[in-house]
Amino acid sequence: MMMIFGIPAPLLFGQLLLGLINGAFYAMLSLGLAIIFGMLNIINFAHGALFMMGAFVAWALLNYLDIGYFPALILAPLIVGVFGVILEKTIISRLYKLDHLYGLLLTFGLSLVIEGLFRNAYGSSGMPYRIPSVLQGATDLGFMFMPNYRGWVVLSAAVVCLATWAIIEKTSLGATLRAATENAPLVQAFGVNVPRLITLTYGAGIALAAFAGVLAAPIYSVNPNMGTNFINTVFAVVVIGGMGSILGSIVTGFALGVVEGMTKVFYPQASATVVFVVMVIILLTRPRGLFGKAA
Amino acid sequence: MLEIAGLNAWYGESHILHGIDFNVQEGEVVTLLGRNGAGKTTTMKSIMGLVGRREGSVKFKGAETIGMLPNQIARAGIAICPEERGIFGSLSVTENLMLPPVVAPGGLSVDEIYTLFPNLKERAKTAHGTRLSGGEQQMLAIARILRTGARMLLLDEPTEGLAPVIVQQIGRTIRAIKNRGFTVLLVEQNFRFAATVADRHYVVEHGQVIDMIPNAALEANMDKLHDYLGV
Repeated sequence: MMMIFGIPAPLLFGQLLLGLINGAFYAMLSLGLAIIFGMLNIINFAHGALFMMGAFVAWALLNYLDIGYFPALILAPLIVGVFGVILEKTIISRLYKLDHLYGLLLTFGLSLVIEGLFRNAYGSSGMPYRIPSVLQGATDLGFMFMPNYRGWVVLSAAVVCLATWAIIEKTSLGATLRAATENAPLVQAFGVNVPRLITLTYGAGIALAAFAGVLAAPIYSVNPNMGTNFINTVFAVVVIGGMGSILGSIVTGFALGVVEGMTKVFYPQASATVVFVVMVIILLTRPRGLFGKAA
Repeated sequence: MLEIAGLNAWYGESHILHGIDFNVQEGEVVTLLGRNGAGKTTTMKSIMGLVGRREGSVKFKGAETIGMLPNQIARAGIAICPEERGIFGSLSVTENLMLPPVVAPGGLSVDEIYTLFPNLKERAKTAHGTRLSGGEQQMLAIARILRTGARMLLLDEPTEGLAPVIVQQIGRTIRAIKNRGFTVLLVEQNFRFAATVADRHYVVEHGQVIDMIPNAALEANMDKLHDYLGV
């Protein structure tokens, strides 16, 4: 068997792939958090709960309406995104004039309520979601076998992240969004309906989380705690990448997934904490994060 | 074009404007003169709806705007070039230029803007608007509102801190847009510059308009004006 650094190659590549998959989820979730923070100045603690809702909506679509995986990949983000729009319109928008801390507390409370409701209705043991048949099986890459679904997750997450980045950095809508992040009153004084832009931004960030939730459904079981498991690490990713940086959250998300995966190979005991160790080091040496701009 | 009566404005708890009254006719260039802190910039922001609270009457083309949001006022056809210029560092020069949405037909085309401001054409590819010099940023801040089709322009101290040659260029620009039928409300500290472009001057003090001087009568009122402005 081929060995790399004294580790069997299939084990190394297997963990690398697992790391990339976790990284794909970190990237999609921290990207949404970054966009929302930039526009709303709110640290959206409900992000994990809305990610979980994405998975649940996909499960519900399949089990109640017989709507399969691929339509759910479009429909679930839309449905959860609309739910996010309603949350923003009715509750979150009341807090913009207050300190960040209030938004954090509110969304933290919302996440507890949402997760509690789902736990009450579905229990916490989790429900399986089958991998769609076209994505079942595995491909022999020569150096390892790659489960097709996992390859699909990494690929589609990368495409969605890049598309989001391109919309923000390369389109006129993105330019308006960036301008409103810098100076919302002036953009509104140019005739842009900024409150509506903020609402739609929140909806889009939530839709990204829900999309990640649908991708996650066949890998992790669909259960009310699946968001909580992710979100702590995701907040560390956001801190490391730099609050509000779009490219930073994508790159850092994937990179930290890989760092975590590699730690599982070389020093498994530290795999659950390595991200937080990195966070502490970054906070001590570059408090604005790797990609953060000086204020 | 613009009729302001009994305009009061507040920032938080501080009451800044105490009943401002003045009007601007279509096609006029009118300045607000006054010392620092008199309330000129606050008047501009209040017209745009950019203060915490405003009361009184701001009629634009006969329609009351006091209850409108800034984006609705902009859509009615008023555009602002703010004192701090408001160039966005995360946007390229071209993105800054194209940012304000077109609110009515009749704005300048990008080609016409580049004819007025050749420097902007040269710097169009600059990736961050804030990399431009102060004068270029000021031109960009004026240029982007000429595109929108708004006929009423609020220019807040466009010559502040700029070299004489750039001040002259901005003067030529203001006369050029006046010739095209735009209406301009100008805040100025430098009344010698104001005298080269304006039809009338209002003097603002302690949040109220205390005098109006037609440009033709400026020379005759020099002593009074020096007194008002403390120069």
